[in-house]
Amino acid sequence: MSNRSIAGVPLSYIGNRLFTFFLTVLIAASVIWIIPRLSPVDPAEAMLGRMAAGAGFVENADQILVDLRARFGLDEPLWKQYVVYLKNLMVFDFGVSVANFPTPVSQMLAAALPWTLGLMIFSVLIAFVIGNAAGAFMAWQETPRIWKIAIPAAMVFTSIPPILSGLLLMWLFAAQLEWFPLTGSYGLFETPGLNWEFILSVIRHGTLPALSIVVVTFGFWALGMRGLMTTVQSEDYVQLAKAKGLRPRYILYRYMIRNAILPQVTAFALKVGLLVTGQILVERIFSYNGMGKLIYDAILNQDFAVIQGASYIVILMTAASVLIVDLIYPFIDPRIRHGGGQ
Amino acid sequence: MRNPDTILEVDDLRVYYATPQGDVKACDGVSFDVRAGEILGLVGESGSGKSTATGGVLRTISSPGRIVSGRVVLDSDDILEYNDEQMRRLRWSKLALIPQGAMNSLNPTMTISAQIADVIETHEGRQDEDALRERILELFRRVGLPGRIYSMYPHELSGGMKQRACIAMSIALDPILIVADEATSALDVVVQRVVAQTMLKIKRELNVSFIMIGHDMGLMAQVVDRLAVMYSGQLLEIAGVEDMFESPAHPYSEILIDSVPTLTERKSMRINEGITHDPRNPPSGCIFRLRCPFAMAACAETRPPMVEVRPDQLVACHLWKKTEDGSYVRQSV
Repeated sequence: MSNRSIAGVPLSYIGNRLFTFFLTVLIAASVIWIIPRLSPVDPAEAMLGRMAAGAGFVENADQILVDLRARFGLDEPLWKQYVVYLKNLMVFDFGVSVANFPTPVSQMLAAALPWTLGLMIFSVLIAFVIGNAAGAFMAWQETPRIWKIAIPAAMVFTSIPPILSGLLLMWLFAAQLEWFPLTGSYGLFETPGLNWEFILSVIRHGTLPALSIVVVTFGFWALGMRGLMTTVQSEDYVQLAKAKGLRPRYILYRYMIRNAILPQVTAFALKVGLLVTGQILVERIFSYNGMGKLIYDAILNQDFAVIQGASYIVILMTAASVLIVDLIYPFIDPRIRHGGGQ
Repeated sequence: MRNPDTILEVDDLRVYYATPQGDVKACDGVSFDVRAGEILGLVGESGSGKSTATGGVLRTISSPGRIVSGRVVLDSDDILEYNDEQMRRLRWSKLALIPQGAMNSLNPTMTISAQIADVIETHEGRQDEDALRERILELFRRVGLPGRIYSMYPHELSGGMKQRACIAMSIALDPILIVADEATSALDVVVQRVVAQTMLKIKRELNVSFIMIGHDMGLMAQVVDRLAVMYSGQLLEIAGVEDMFESPAHPYSEILIDSVPTLTERKSMRINEGITHDPRNPPSGCIFRLRCPFAMAACAETRPPMVEVRPDQLVACHLWKKTEDGSYVRQSV
């Protein structure tokens, strides 16, 4: 038993989490490799089929098949294909896009990822903060009555699908009020770079997509938080805090929210991965150049290399966010820091 | 008749819980006092209203419960008249609590010392860091806790240590009165003894008064100065602990004391059912008459008043009759 630790967190804990991270990524990456290979369709034949369908007749079909298989490494034994696949994943080599031949998939992902990541982190964090605050105030006994009516009223948007709320926001703020641009990630005449005009343009373009995500997701956090707060409210330590004559606001923050928020943080990590895919339609209607749009276009064009690459990135992001939350968790829940509560 | 060193006077306190079938009178006209530097024991079976009565004193009753009427005079002020902010300021500085479940009464995400520091700073304002630390360590010493727990979290402490941490917290502001609500009930007998002794030590050193709620008559006998017996929301008898054990005046006290097992004698419990009536529909007259071995016709008619049958021994029972010289004698039935 080693008792070594970093900032009070046992090394064994960190080791465990890192191991889980790599195992998750490996298993998930293997699954997205296996699934297409379970299909009875031979990709080389399918490609030839599409050529034939387009040209009506293909000469030297047998030779082309052999060449295609060699070109894509499909003539190798399965285990070797798998090893090569894993090797390529490590250097983010996902091959080339079929739809945008011969652009490497990694290049397309690299161009799309920052947009999605930026939009997502921004909107998810805002939804998390607003949602948890709303949930906490819904449950708190001292909340002014007006808020107890206003907050649940605001949550009707939760049941609207994000595309509809997106369209609604577009109509109101872009088409009618013209406060924000209708679509795109940045202005047509801006040059990407670190200048104020560009950054401002990005924020203006990102506001409505972000808002449409916030409006529909904050209710999820609010409802969860309300339930957790109700439970915490009847805990003995909250009752004692009241008997101690502490100020109500202090009790709310240090005794109630501080404890109720813990399961929400875990849920947050899991939600991140789901959101990338959930964002697909939002990015689509706002013509936002992110991963969602990339995946959407790739599915339409049967661009499997892009789909596989994007799936891998989603997996990495989910696993990474779980890892990050796991590593932060000991600092917000002392019971884990000291190896207690096992 | 009021004792000059009375620090708390509870007068005809009524706390009801609303239910769809009508009010449950969990504390129905309870009157008692607590004197400086004494431990008043409050005993009774589950549901007898012990915690409700002290909840009324501490004003911690929450919906569907409500304080219907009565007076709770602490330090010559009726605290039932206080508004929320006055009450909040009074809490802990005069009226502290050692909670029922010490296991879950400490905030798991704050260190023990931070939970003592916050109550000190809330009521006394910002403190010098070193002085505050020294003060908290002194509190730990008083209850026999080692200084090393200063920066520990609740989950790192054993049950007994947590209970003592709660005692340390209760004396942080030098209160007049501490309510110990079943403070020893969830602990094993060895730890119970340590915790009880800690409370005795605190009482002697700080001259603070306690209301100690419990159902363990044996433990009570060793710790408390006076004993109050409750049954279904009403106080039946209150007396010095020796008087109570030697000559209980109320049939119910008698039964309770008779049921305390001793090492030399094995006896069967004389209580074998709980409170038998529906609390929403209590019997007329004396609340205990349905289970009383001496119940008479008069018991069904009027609720017996609390009378002082011997010096400092008050009882609510029709068996006691006033004689011509003003003293009380118990009828033999």
